[in-house]
Amino acid sequence: MRYSLYPGCTLKTKAKVFEETALEAAEALGLEMVELEEWQCCGAVYPLAKDEYFPLLSPVRSLAAAGERGEKLVTLCAACHHVFKRANHAIKGDREAREKVTGYLEVDYAGDVEVVHYLEVLKNEVGFDRIREKVKSPLEGKKLAAYYGCLLLRPEKEMHFDDPENPTILEDFIRSLGAEAVQYPYRTDCCGAYLSITEEGLARDTVGKILKSAQRNGVEGLVVACPLCHYNLAKYQESLTDTRGGEGIPVHYFTELLAQALAEGPAEEERT
Amino acid sequence: MKVTTDTICSDLLKEVEEYSGEKVASCIQCGKCSGGCPMLEAMDLLPHQVMRLAQLGLKEDIMKSKTLWVCASCFTCAARCQRDLDLSKVMEGFRVIQLRQKGGNTMHPRQLTPEQLKDAPQQAIISGFRKYSK
Repeated sequence: MRYSLYPGCTLKTKAKVFEETALEAAEALGLEMVELEEWQCCGAVYPLAKDEYFPLLSPVRSLAAAGERGEKLVTLCAACHHVFKRANHAIKGDREAREKVTGYLEVDYAGDVEVVHYLEVLKNEVGFDRIREKVKSPLEGKKLAAYYGCLLLRPEKEMHFDDPENPTILEDFIRSLGAEAVQYPYRTDCCGAYLSITEEGLARDTVGKILKSAQRNGVEGLVVACPLCHYNLAKYQESLTDTRGGEGIPVHYFTELLAQALAEGPAEEERT
Repeated sequence: MKVTTDTICSDLLKEVEEYSGEKVASCIQCGKCSGGCPMLEAMDLLPHQVMRLAQLGLKEDIMKSKTLWVCASCFTCAARCQRDLDLSKVMEGFRVIQLRQKGGNTMHPRQLTPEQLKDAPQQAIISGFRKYSK
């Protein structure tokens, strides 16, 4: 099946490895993902004030372009996914928003492009059982933990992603790669998001709680789907230095682990 | 705090309900929003207190509060509210009341450090400006 892929700004610059490994893994799984033409930034945050229509222009323009291709739109970055799902919801359910935004853009769009996160493709269209079968280098013995953050899960009635309080999709994913999925209390708490720009101390404290909790539970690596979570979790590793002598907890995009597990291991390469 | 007819700004509730689309008046002060808020330690007013002050129309106390600017819109409160209120929308309502005034912006390009410009993902910088400048 062919999908349109929306990479988003950060995956083209600071988080290139996220897109590269996603494409590598898609190829290994036989998924055709073709980048949407002429996409632009989704706006990064969904406008929460009721009368703000301007920030909907950019995501709706990309959604309308995806509609012309007639394919599902696959996202990777949690923020892009959040914005697209909610922009669709607004266009479908809010007549004033639809008329203003589509009228300004001069496009005919009714909010019906299906936006799916890459993880949802893995779960619902490939299936974690099939991924398990396709894994060539299982991550056996590795204690990994999901860090969900906020934007994929909430608000549930618009995102329909997983249980917002007790999600399981990333743990199921981790197990399908052969690793152990460790549970810890802060996996759905906010990392501080863009407060790392304006309120650094606060973001450091918030990340500190998440990392220490993961460390107490023996986590050897965190698995994320958001470049901003990745940045914050990787940046404030010093929260752990007092207890672990400078050693941090590595942070991985889920696609990095997927591509690694789907590839032939070094031992196999030697044999061939 | 003394509540009198002079301190109460009667239009505030109407204004924030219009911007946020949330029925602030229906908050019953159960406190679940404050109980689960990850930014609580940096707040001078707890989320449920902002709701109460809004119901009472005490605009000045809300507008000078740091709480509006440390809410990261993580939607944890919204996921837990038994009145189905999204407090991140209410906080945004108060932020836009301030941001839409002349000189109301609270984030400026000059405050970005060279390290942030080099390392921070675009997502962080764009989100920041979208939230704190209009």
